[in-house]
Amino acid sequence: MSTNYAITAENLVKRYAKGKEKIHAVNGLSFQVNQGEVFGLIGPDGAGKTSLIRMLITLLQPESGKAMVQGYDVVKDYKSIRKIVGYMPGRFSLYQDLTVEENLRFFASIFNTTIAENYDLISDIYQQIEPFKKRRAGQLSGGMKQKLALSCALIHKPSVLFLDEPTTGVDAVSRKEFWEMLKRLKAEGITILVSTPYMDEAAQCDRIALMQDGAFMNIAAPAQTAALFGMDLFAVRANRFYELLQNLRNHSLCKNVYPFGQHYHVTAMPGRLHSNDLLLYLQQLGHNDAEVYPATPTVEDVFIYLMNPAA
Amino acid sequence: MSQPNIIITARNLTRKFGDFTAVDNITFEVQKGEIFGFLGANGAGKTTAMRMLCGLLKPTGGEAYVAGFDVKRHSENIKRNIGYMSQRFSLYEDLTVKENMRFYGGIYGMSINAIKEKTALVAEALHLKNEQNTLVQDLPLGWKQKLAFSVAMFHNPPIVFLDEPTGGVDPITRREFWEMIYNAAHAGTTLFVTTHYMDEAEYCNRVSIMVDGRIAAMGTPQQLKETNQAASMEEVFIELARRAVRSE
Repeated sequence: MSTNYAITAENLVKRYAKGKEKIHAVNGLSFQVNQGEVFGLIGPDGAGKTSLIRMLITLLQPESGKAMVQGYDVVKDYKSIRKIVGYMPGRFSLYQDLTVEENLRFFASIFNTTIAENYDLISDIYQQIEPFKKRRAGQLSGGMKQKLALSCALIHKPSVLFLDEPTTGVDAVSRKEFWEMLKRLKAEGITILVSTPYMDEAAQCDRIALMQDGAFMNIAAPAQTAALFGMDLFAVRANRFYELLQNLRNHSLCKNVYPFGQHYHVTAMPGRLHSNDLLLYLQQLGHNDAEVYPATPTVEDVFIYLMNPAA
Repeated sequence: MSQPNIIITARNLTRKFGDFTAVDNITFEVQKGEIFGFLGANGAGKTTAMRMLCGLLKPTGGEAYVAGFDVKRHSENIKRNIGYMSQRFSLYEDLTVKENMRFYGGIYGMSINAIKEKTALVAEALHLKNEQNTLVQDLPLGWKQKLAFSVAMFHNPPIVFLDEPTGGVDPITRREFWEMIYNAAHAGTTLFVTTHYMDEAEYCNRVSIMVDGRIAAMGTPQQLKETNQAASMEEVFIELARRAVRSE
């Protein structure tokens, strides 16, 4: 039993009954998370992210397969695991009618510790809500609830932190701040497994698993995901944006065309389509202001590609 | 009242709750057929503003007209003339696809024949023909969102409010959803959209960004990027929202 890894999973399976059928929430997952790593589970709702996290923190029993956290088995050693993991669920689940301070003290005492003992670890985060420590948790804003939940998940100084969609529904500024907090926790040596549906957050992780339908399509460092993209990619824009989409789709060498920010992204078989030819084609259709240039695939492009490589 | 091609007018629209001014004197217009992105940080006042425009909350100051109706005096008319979809709630999970459409059609006073016709159209467009008797809870999330949008447009309202419509869906479905938005706009429907995905802000014809209850910036994505010397709407948003002084 090696503890080189903070988390290991082998063929982990969980199914749920749906009518008469059983559907896979988690479909035979095997992976490892290194000590001190920020590991991202990237995928849409229903991909199986929450089921996976809940099995790892021993709140849900695997149907088959095996998983360990810091060398402890998630089934046999669940008591040991619960002492060393921190968990922030997707839905706010602190006590709404306890104050900020009471919630934090409660979680500290459950873990046989005190706020003072581990204050250093949470001070950065907790200081931002400390002015409101007499306020009931139910009365806090979304951003403050998030900070309190994170403080409570950290108060016993866990060695592995599990965050289930901490930034869902949160605006771009608060999301950015949240990731900065995670970076400071990583610097303290805490291993972090975090799930998110926002593909642009993938870049903040050391490694990411792209998850869909209970399985990982791939695990890689964010910077390496572009290499998985087996097509050429172009970014295209023009003022008549709506017509542009139809025109691009009518081009026989454009395999997949989809909106991407202020551009359309166009995929093509490697080496088959050239920017200049595509530009000429668009100009002939009256898009005199068209711009076409090769683009580097982002994590989101890779995700789209892996979901349907044939397209 | 307002020009014929303007479908939403807000003038000095304000809403106070006690001493707290959630929406502070906002003025803007939305044109027919426009995709208007309504952005802001959590707590900036978006939801309050949107509730006033939907006729669900009375302003404490200023005025607003939606589809030609005064939000203060004719809120019932507004409700009949708009569609609304939010990520949190839109469809009845324990009704079937068909039942949901029939229910919404009925609420909006559509005839049985009109409901039947529209149901067939929607089922065709969404490739849901074989799923009409499926409970909504058994549909994949992506289908649910697309169905919810179609249901919000079921009574052919001239304007549809979409409140974070794409949260949590996969990147392919998210784009299919936006294509439905483009198509609706192309057909003349006005779309009023909130989102936390900044790439989606780029998809809008015009965008407003609320900060501390006020509109801090408004324009086409291109204009906003130029004015703020930013490469993306995300940068624009972060730059503006960072100036907020009030917390949610």
